[in-house]
Amino acid sequence: MSDRVSFTIDGTRVEAFRSQSIMDAAMESGVYIPRLCHVPGLDPWGSCRVCTVKVNGRFSTACTQPAMTGLTVENDTEELNDLRRDLVEMLFVGGNHFCMSCEKSGNCELQAMGYRLGITAPLHPYLHPDRDVDASHPDIMLDHNRCILCARCVRTSRDLDGKQVFDFVNRGSDRRIAIDPGARLKDSDADVTDRALDACPVGALLRKREGFRVPVGEREYDHVAIGEEDGVDPVSDLWDES
Amino acid sequence: MTQVKTEKVRIATTSLAGCFGCHMSLLDIDERILQLAELVEFHKSPVVDRKTFQERCAVGLIEGGCCNAENVETLRAFRDQCDILVSVGDCATMGGIPALRNLVPLEECLREAFLDGPSTVNPTGRPPDDPELPLLLDKVYPCHEVVRVDYHLPGCPPSADALWAALQALLTGAEPTLPYPLLKYD
Repeated sequence: MSDRVSFTIDGTRVEAFRSQSIMDAAMESGVYIPRLCHVPGLDPWGSCRVCTVKVNGRFSTACTQPAMTGLTVENDTEELNDLRRDLVEMLFVGGNHFCMSCEKSGNCELQAMGYRLGITAPLHPYLHPDRDVDASHPDIMLDHNRCILCARCVRTSRDLDGKQVFDFVNRGSDRRIAIDPGARLKDSDADVTDRALDACPVGALLRKREGFRVPVGEREYDHVAIGEEDGVDPVSDLWDES
Repeated sequence: MTQVKTEKVRIATTSLAGCFGCHMSLLDIDERILQLAELVEFHKSPVVDRKTFQERCAVGLIEGGCCNAENVETLRAFRDQCDILVSVGDCATMGGIPALRNLVPLEECLREAFLDGPSTVNPTGRPPDDPELPLLLDKVYPCHEVVRVDYHLPGCPPSADALWAALQALLTGAEPTLPYPLLKYD
């Protein structure tokens, strides 16, 4: 039995190894599937649901669904992008995301996803939850207001830093990132060099004294949409052919 | 609806719970303001200091969200009197900086501001309660949670180019869309 599989994403043929997810296969083939909690090199988590695609007509998260021969995957469709817009809007209203005063603004993946999906204002009612800021650590700030519970810090600290500084406590809308019970960041092994800090897609985990270092206009997503950083601009593509 | 056709489009603007930064950004369109002056007539707006609606307007630009009863009253008047209502800026679209008070109970806010603050001198011993003052709402609300809003133009403030692009589209009857670099939440 061949260890290669072949399927289509929006009609484009994609090759993959049998053990790969649809997301990994798409990334290797240069097909962008919007995502927030998935990062290459970490085990799939499947919590943000932004990578939801339709696999043979059924909704499924691309980061957790294995690639198989003969699958028909829909990705960049109006229906799916509408659903993604709703998901991202819910992330905005479910936390306290004040972009205008956030150090991560311009480099934030949640914000960039809002831009990419063309969200001008989240229309769900704002929850304005009561959340804490843990500024106890001399070099690191943990702002729960901005956390989207993607577990990227949890997984990076555990699997790449070998530390397991973070984990989740509580359930449902009370779920949040925590250090040990009752502990604050200063009581943990967290260090300013931890890769877990780079893993945060939003401004929840930040190195202190580094905010606003990059001027407006030069930030990661000021001019280029998320997902288009390494991709081929479709307009340039047409020019190349002519 | 029959309306006497005038040459210029009537627009109205206001600042609710905002900082007037969005109005400043509108002035920041530089020489294009001459073009704008040829296209539009400012009706109820701080630009011309007109306080009430005497005529219906084609476009209403709302800066700021709703933090008190007067904001709500003004916003409702804009919805009644404007064909197209646009939330301009982060305060109008999501509450913005004033909405930071939503993270703290109102009573605690008032106590900190007027009674217990480290630099507070307030011999009355109570928050300002003159009947002239509009009553605060329990929370700061984005405009679309109070009235129906047709378009949202985020940004803190939206850049002059973003405002110009949106106005151009609205004044020519086109669907306002923003090129990627002009859609910003900061």
